[in-house]
Amino acid sequence: MSCTIRIPTQLRNLTNQEAAITVDGATVGEALKALAASYEGFSERLFDEAGHLRRFVNVFLADEDIRFLEHLATPVADGQTISIVPAVAGG
Amino acid sequence: MAPKISLRCRECARVFEPLALHVCDFCFGPLEASYDYDEIASKVSRASIEAGPRSMWRYRELLPVGDVTPIDLGAGYTPLVKAERLGKVLGLDNLWVKNDTANPTGSFKDRVVSVALTRARELGYTVAACASTGNLANSVAAHAARAGMESIVLIPSNLEAAKIMMTAVYGGTLVAVDGTYDDVNRLCAELTSEHPSWAFVNVNVRAYYAEGSKTLAFETAEQLGWQVPDHVVVPIASGSQLTKIKKGFEELQKVGLVDKADHVRISGAQALGCSPVATAFGEKSLDIRPVKPNTIAKSLAIGNPADGYYALKVINETGGGCAAVTDEEILEGISLLARTEGIFAETAGGVTIASLKKLIEDGTILPHEKVVVMVTGHGLKTVEALSGTVGPTVTIKPTLEAFDDALRNSLPA
Repeated sequence: MSCTIRIPTQLRNLTNQEAAITVDGATVGEALKALAASYEGFSERLFDEAGHLRRFVNVFLADEDIRFLEHLATPVADGQTISIVPAVAGG
Repeated sequence: MAPKISLRCRECARVFEPLALHVCDFCFGPLEASYDYDEIASKVSRASIEAGPRSMWRYRELLPVGDVTPIDLGAGYTPLVKAERLGKVLGLDNLWVKNDTANPTGSFKDRVVSVALTRARELGYTVAACASTGNLANSVAAHAARAGMESIVLIPSNLEAAKIMMTAVYGGTLVAVDGTYDDVNRLCAELTSEHPSWAFVNVNVRAYYAEGSKTLAFETAEQLGWQVPDHVVVPIASGSQLTKIKKGFEELQKVGLVDKADHVRISGAQALGCSPVATAFGEKSLDIRPVKPNTIAKSLAIGNPADGYYALKVINETGGGCAAVTDEEILEGISLLARTEGIFAETAGGVTIASLKKLIEDGTILPHEKVVVMVTGHGLKTVEALSGTVGPTVTIKPTLEAFDDALRNSLPA
């Protein structure tokens, strides 16, 4: 299963400034792990010591927050887009 | 001259230069302005502030901008109203309303936007952008017009008519998005990566923006005769304002403008239809689960509050509470404030007044405490919410007879 992960500015120094990376993975968690395996530095930035997503890392699959889906276990369909987005203030 | 501050990650404490950065590039924690309080203490006094402009800029030594002319429509220094009649109804001896409906575009957002755009212009930006539930949109469009900057404002398409008009009139680009505020917010976070030459006030210049809310605390203390109140009730959307009010009181103590600040308790107010912070508070958890908002209080309808975690920590650490109120209670809150104090608040103000009532009833707020409630947006922005609940007492023909017939039994002699 191949999907695209959109990378925010803050993490593009880890991807040679690439804004989108294509990876394989059957779930959001697997896709993020595949990203971390290919690009050094992602793992410690996305996940805390216990392996949970860090508090201020928001992950969206097809523009929906994965906390409304099945979190990291959310299945990914071929060709879908995952976005990593920092939290923003109110308005 | 650049501001004498640094930006510091609230999570991992890494320190950054004061540029257009909003999250730590290590852990994604939010960055916050950090000051040299000893130096500020040597420069400011009660007298020096009292001699300053009658606006939020009288506190500029504690704001994260350099030696530049602010982009200013006159935000801040709003009335702190002793609310005798409302206090009597609710059973409080000492209640004040911080009437922030009196700001230039009708909400407290003028405070944060004035700081954000001043710093953005200082950093060389010519385009101001934001994601907004309405009040921020009004304020960004107005301040950008005042400064001759371009504005690009994104809002959920279902906002109240007045908030849309009050943004569009200033002539910037207004993008209505079919989605919730959280959708708009996510889109803006991604746009920020694609358009680094735009200053998104609540994204890449958020560290400066958020500091503007401290002036609510500064003014409140000054207007109480340089005293920090016992209890403050603050509406929660993203949670930023509540955390900055706490920071503001602490800073006043650090620079010697008040004798004591650590006694203040801070309580939060949410609409039941969007109450992720109140829910976590009720469950004694620090894990804030996002929700899909459904409330008439659209300016508070943020289902994934970026600073909710920090707001909850402030509530817990200060011994405050957090209430959630129904749409019906919100309308009663608007009405109660209007009828007792002559202040017409938007739905968020109704949330705050209804939450105040609830927090008194559940014993969180005590009758003798000095209590300040933050009423942060004008009622004209959300008149739709009141449709069908208020209107003319009667409609009559223009004759004395018709007047007497209709009102004979209900008017004073």
